Parts: sequence; C-alpha cells; structure tokens
Amino acid sequence: MTRPLLAADNITRLYDGRVACERVSFELWPGEVLAVVGESGSGKTTLLKCLSMQVAPTAGRVLYSLRDGRTVALADLSEAERRFLMRTDWGFVHQDPREGLRMGVSAGANVGERLMAVGERHYGRIRGTALDWLARVEIAEDRIDDSPRHYSGGMRQRLQIARNLVTAPRLVFMDEPTGGLDVSVQARLLDLLRGLVRTLGLSVIIVTHDLAVARLLSTRILVMQQGKVIETGLTDQVLEDPQAPYTQLLVSSVLQV
Amino acid sequence: MTTGYNFAYLNEQTKRMIRRALLKAVAIPGYQVPFASREMPMPYGWGTGGVQVTASILTPEDTLKVIDQGADDTTNAVSIRKFFKRTAEVATTEETAKASIIQTRHRIPEAPLREDQILVFQVPIPEPLRFLEPRETETRKMHALEEYGIMHVKLYEDIARHGHIATSYAYPAKVNGRYVFDPSPIPKFDNPKLDSCAALQLFGAGREKRIYAVPPYTQVKSLDFEDHPFTIQKWDEPCALCGARGTYLDEIILDDRGKRMFVCSDTDHCRKARSGEEAA
Ligand SMILES: Nc1ncnc2c1ncn2[C@@H]1O[C@H](COP(=O)(O)OP(=O)(O)OP(=O)(O)O)[C@@H](O)[C@H]1O
Ligand SMILES: [Mg+2]
Ligand SMILES: [Zn+2]
Repeated sequence: MTRPLLAADNITRLYDGRVACERVSFELWPGEVLAVVGESGSGKTTLLKCLSMQVAPTAGRVLYSLRDGRTVALADLSEAERRFLMRTDWGFVHQDPREGLRMGVSAGANVGERLMAVGERHYGRIRGTALDWLARVEIAEDRIDDSPRHYSGGMRQRLQIARNLVTAPRLVFMDEPTGGLDVSVQARLLDLLRGLVRTLGLSVIIVTHDLAVARLLSTRILVMQQGKVIETGLTDQVLEDPQAPYTQLLVSSVLQV
Repeated sequence: MTTGYNFAYLNEQTKRMIRRALLKAVAIPGYQVPFASREMPMPYGWGTGGVQVTASILTPEDTLKVIDQGADDTTNAVSIRKFFKRTAEVATTEETAKASIIQTRHRIPEAPLREDQILVFQVPIPEPLRFLEPRETETRKMHALEEYGIMHVKLYEDIARHGHIATSYAYPAKVNGRYVFDPSPIPKFDNPKLDSCAALQLFGAGREKRIYAVPPYTQVKSLDFEDHPFTIQKWDEPCALCGARGTYLDEIILDDRGKRMFVCSDTDHCRKARSGEEAA
C-alpha cells in the first residue's frame, strides 16, 4: 500500500488581502516529478514556499508522509521537527545559488554541512562523501577546497544540488533551477538533474516557466494562472493536447520558438 | 568611602540585576543571558563586561587579582586593579593562590583553582555561531534547538586549509553536554582547565550585553573530529626563566637580530617556580 508523499489540501495564500495562490490541491506520489508552470506572477513561487513551509498558507494544509510512516500536517510539527525535516528529508534548489550556498566556506564544507548537522564527526568520511558528490555533479576533485565565489554559475548550481542531495532527501523543491543560466549550461544541468532524479528515485516539485524544462524532467504538470490551477495532468498529455485555452496559448507560444 | 561612589562603583540596583543574570547563567551552564550592560568609566575594549561582573560579586573581604595575557602588570590589568582598589577598597594580590576573585583576559592561571575562588573572564564576542550566522534571531534558535553543525563546518574548513584544526584561541566547547560556548580569547591550551574546574567561572561581555557561566565541576568538552581530536599547544623547550614544562609560553624577542626566548605567560606562576615556592 503506497500513499502520497505530500498532499496539498486547498492551499491559499494572500498578500495584503490580494490572492497570490488560491485553493490549490494535489497529491505528489513517491518518485514523481511535478512541474508547476505558468506565467510570471501566477503564484508558482508562493505555492512552492507554502508547500515547503517557508511561508505559512493563509488557508489550507499540507500533509506529509514521514520516513517512519506517519502522515502529519506540516503546520502541526514543532519547529525543531520542521527544521530537522528540512535539512534531512528535503532539499531546496534556489534559482540563485547564492541563496542556497554558504558563499563564505569551501565547496567541500558546503557539501559536508548537512552531514555535520546530522552528527557526522569523522573528517575523513565527510571529505570522502563530499568528493563523491562533487564527482556526481561533475565538479573536478581539485576544486573541493575552492570557494563557490570562484565557481561559474553552472558550477554553483551543481554544487547547490550536491549540497542538498548528500543526506539522501526524499523530496526536493526547485524554483527555476536553470533560470539564470546560459542555454548550453542549462542543457547540461537538465541532463544531470534528470539522471540524478532517475537514479536516486527522488520526488521533485519544480517550478518553471519553461515548458521545455517541464517536458524533460516532469511526469506530471500543474498549470497556474492568476493564482489558480487551471489544468493538471500527465506532462506529455497536457503538452500534446492542452485543454484550457490558456495552456493552449502557452504550448503554442513555445512551439513557435 | 572617600570617592563618593557606591561600593565597587555600580549602584545596588544594577548589581542586583547583574546578580540575577549570574544566577540564571549558573543555572543554565553555557547559556548566554542578556543583561542591561552599564556604561563604565573605561572603554569597551577594556573588559567592561568582566568589570561589571566583578563589581557585582565583590565583597569587602575579597582579595582581587587581575591579569591580562597572564600578567598582572599590563596597563589593562593595572588600571582595573586600581579601579577596584579605589571604588571598593579591597585587598589586591598578584598571587593566584591568595586571590578569592581573579578577573582575567586571555588566560587561565596555571595553578589549579579552588572551590573558594571565582574566575571572571572579560569577553569581547560571546557568540560562537556568529562567524557563519550573523543573524541574532537565527543563532538564538540554533542554540535553542541544539543545531551546532556549523561549528564543525568551521573546524572542517580549518583542516581542509591547514591540514589540522588551526583554531588556537577562542576554541569552541560544549558545556555540560548542552550549550556550545566561546570560552573568550583564551588559548586552547587553557580549554582543559575549564573542564571540571573547582572554581566558579563567570563570563561577562559588556558591549554585547551577555553573561554566561561554567559552574564548579562542570564538563566542558572542546569540539573536534574523531580523526582530528582536540589537542593543545606544545613547546619543544621549557620556560627560559623557570625551566617549567607544560606551561603556556610567550615568545619574547630579545634583540633586533631576532634572538628570542620562550617564557611562562603566567608571570606569578613563573616567579613562584623560580623562587622554589610551591606554585599551586
Ligand atoms: N512577499 C510578497 N509580498 C507581497 N506580494 C507578493 C509577495 N510574494 C509574491 N507576491 C505576489 O503574489 C503574486 C504571485 O507571485 P509569485 O512570486 O508566487 O509568482 P511566480 O509565479 O513565482 O512568478 P515568477 O515567474 O515571476 O517568479 C504576485 O502578484 C506577487 O506580486
Ligand atoms: Mg517565482
Ligand atoms: Zn617560567
């Protein structure tokens, strides 16, 4: 018997009385990659922040299935439990890697931090694991002691991914992870992400306004407009045969490119 | 009193407020207690936090010793000693064994301390998490939730860069298995003396308005890695003056051709050893 890893139940978030996202409900199943697409200002980031407890929903709740099998409403967790969940079972990949990295310490320390946070106290093992993860995100071994300040944008983004995945999280939230990158760098990052998601069996919620990213990575898609979900379904189906006029517009404008 | 000040300069209300903070600090070893730090007639860098703590615990019967980097005769130590001589008319001493209160900056005396002694540290920066997390709200939360992973990030960086843990002053430690604290800029050589010390140890940070404490016989464990255990500084040679081994040595430049020697930083301890007295 499997059950959803995460379930959004009527999530609404207002800012100063104005709707940023409204009555969003869906279920995310283990191993599923869900893309949230829509134009700028449609509420994608707000939804992601509500789901990952970075902002409190004005209404609605998020249910999560913990590793021990219990399903809890995230708002009911204590702050300690919530913070523990965030740095062990979850990952966050920000569009701007500077938000997700510690720019003041080396790449190795960035990858090792979560290990140390959960009690690893053996330097050699931490370093070994960091080296292993750098290799998996295609960063050369001899860059381990460099500051991410001296990394390119693409390298920073790959480092951010390694830093998140080192504790084997089950769920990763990504907000426009390829957003700030050159097209060729984007393609390489997408290939890498796709490989990691497949081999690790990750569940992912990825926000993007780029349908090509959604097509490449996601199994299911959620189309947002003005804070509401206007269409949802398997990614291939929605992109082949969009039902909502707005989705049709989105898809056709992509196809023209 | 000829000076017109209250005993030990601070008024009684302020002392009571500081004593309440001290009691709380003793009750929660290693926890930083906020207090309403007062202006003192000396600049912040001169140890106003330590001075306020000393002023609040001082009684007319006390004998006060003040050291700076292990020495009683530096400007800072002399002026603080004078201050309390003038405002509290207490006896002062340079001998560790004869002091009931020792205010210190940068060292713990070499001679083992006793139950009837109190050590007061002057602290510039009380928050050990500050270097990686500048936000006060966040560091408070990290202490509350025992999220101390980033302390090891700093030690990791040390080893990655230098091959060993290069932090040699203000070396972080965990008090009573709970709070990670900054033992003030003492050399890590002195960290083992913090552990299970018979004397009460009080820490005052004036500018940052924090007080914390290590009660007598409390465990203080320096942070480290399993494969890079905590070690203290060692010298190849003994003290050039008293011949002691196993004390903390200062390097002294003797002439402009670079002739140097190493001598005890604890001047009282060194003097005692030379005169053949029992230092402890
Ligand atoms: N912190 C905030 N305070 C006030 N309004 C906000 C805040 N964050 C978002 N909003 C508003 O909520 C709405 C949804 O914004 P959101 O950032 O979720 O959109 P988005 O789909 O992520 O857009 P983009 O593609 O540009 O990142 C917008 O009208 C935005 O102005
Ligand atoms: Mg956004
Ligand atoms: Zn000596």
